[in-house]
Amino acid sequence: MSQLTEERMLDSGEKELVLDVRTQDMEINMGPQHPATHGVLRVVLTADGEILTSADPHVGYIHRCAEKVGENVDFDGYIPYTDRYDYLSAMNNNVGFALVVEKASGLEVPPRATWLRMIVSELNRVASHLLAFGTYGIDIGAITPFLYGFREREWVLSLFEKICGARLTYSYAFPGGVINDAPGGWFDEVLKFCDVFDRKWREYDDLLTRNKIFIERTKDVGSVTADQAREFGWTGPCLRGSGVRYDLREAQPYLFYDQVGFDVPIGRGEMGTVGDCWDRYWVRMAEMLQSTRIVRECVERCIKDTTPGEVMAKKPKTLKVAANEAYVGIENPRGELGHYLVTDGGAQCFRIKVRGPSFTNVSCLAKLLPGTMLADAVAIIGSIDIVLGEVDR
Amino acid sequence: MEFSGIVARIEEAHPSAVIEQVVDEEVTKDPFAVLDAERLREVMQTLRDDGNLAFDLLLSVAAVDYPEAQPKAKKKADPPPDPIPGRFELVYHMLSSVRNHRFVVKIKLPHVERPVAPTVCDIYPTAEWHEREAWDLMGVHFHDHPDMRRVLCVLDWVGHPLRKDYVFPTEYHGISCE
Repeated sequence: MSQLTEERMLDSGEKELVLDVRTQDMEINMGPQHPATHGVLRVVLTADGEILTSADPHVGYIHRCAEKVGENVDFDGYIPYTDRYDYLSAMNNNVGFALVVEKASGLEVPPRATWLRMIVSELNRVASHLLAFGTYGIDIGAITPFLYGFREREWVLSLFEKICGARLTYSYAFPGGVINDAPGGWFDEVLKFCDVFDRKWREYDDLLTRNKIFIERTKDVGSVTADQAREFGWTGPCLRGSGVRYDLREAQPYLFYDQVGFDVPIGRGEMGTVGDCWDRYWVRMAEMLQSTRIVRECVERCIKDTTPGEVMAKKPKTLKVAANEAYVGIENPRGELGHYLVTDGGAQCFRIKVRGPSFTNVSCLAKLLPGTMLADAVAIIGSIDIVLGEVDR
Repeated sequence: MEFSGIVARIEEAHPSAVIEQVVDEEVTKDPFAVLDAERLREVMQTLRDDGNLAFDLLLSVAAVDYPEAQPKAKKKADPPPDPIPGRFELVYHMLSSVRNHRFVVKIKLPHVERPVAPTVCDIYPTAEWHEREAWDLMGVHFHDHPDMRRVLCVLDWVGHPLRKDYVFPTEYHGISCE
């Protein structure tokens, strides 16, 4: 209820009515079991009507202190723990940790292992973005894309099952190479998947990307300028969604990314402002097609240039790394996954620091959410695409 | 820009802020510069604002505990000075998406129960959570930080797990975990 309480003159000569509107700030506890938080994220929201005035993200519900574990197991033994931080892109995590150990120890990796790592990394990127695509649809209120996305993701997971035996926590790349070579017929199936996927991708595009309701919910929502994105420390699709062309695979190539051709899609503000939720979504969609393009090229080079069977470097049973320190950042589906490794000559890490993209990306919520509508909070959190396993580590 | 160029640029703007630079492959695969902790903030400001450096992304703030850290002259007979300098190190990994180069900055903190470092979260807002993590897991306190709470462990957790002398708890709120 409001009532007129005061009438005053402005300097411009206009009259201003001051209304006494009684509003009460409401504190809303979103999570930790809220489906739209994609895991156990809790955000304490304060809302003035429909407008959020503050947001305080709480994380750590599944904190396992993986970094401490890393100081107590040997290098090979830590690989399964890397699976469990960003469990939707475990292949990439394995590769990231393997690369930092190889950098510190100087282990040489056989070329076939490197090509295989690239193939599985990119397939994993497709699987991860498919899940992001599907769950984002659910967040916005569209159930169908989720079912479509899971259909192709299932195929990727069965490809992984054939090469390493696991469907979620792969432990495939180890320091020195990968655990086993591709089984017979695997490459053909990968190529078949790429062809089918590129066709199916059009269905997703028809289903969600140009969907009127979806566009209305995501355009101009949660817009982040390039400068803001940098301040937030964003990397990966979130940064590129804000129009910054920065992809580690292109800018600072690791593995053999300098030998394959691909484009880096960036947000252009097609539906509204640059860096809105739709742009971040679109970057992920466009990246999937680039990934299949990379996979095709890798498969071709892997078959043509390398000898089957040579996938693991000769290394001692227990790898010991002389006192040294190194940092390796790789392009995970969610941004730069950095490993900072300090060794002391032993068989364990002296210190392993994991720079997770989700941890950094989620920290901006306190600054991004205030001023937006309550319903948009879900759209914004979904568009950042976080995995709580890696936020909490 | 190469490492030496970046360091030269810092030294030009802030004479004697760089205490030590390590480019030795035996020690590190990524060369780093050790800064005077007092002058970290002004150097960070330059790293971000200088057009040739343009470090727009602070990737991570890693705290490392070297309980054995000794002064340079290693004579076992000498008793360690008190407090031992440089037990805790903070490692800042920087990336420039504009210039496409990386840089590693370190500061060393003394061996005290509660080492204090200057915060950089007004220069790089992303540092806010990274510094909270360093406080939570390593017990490095950041001076002038706006929100120095634990971030990963529960608020009533005792101790800082990543410290080398951390003793694992045997019970939590009456729940035994032995």
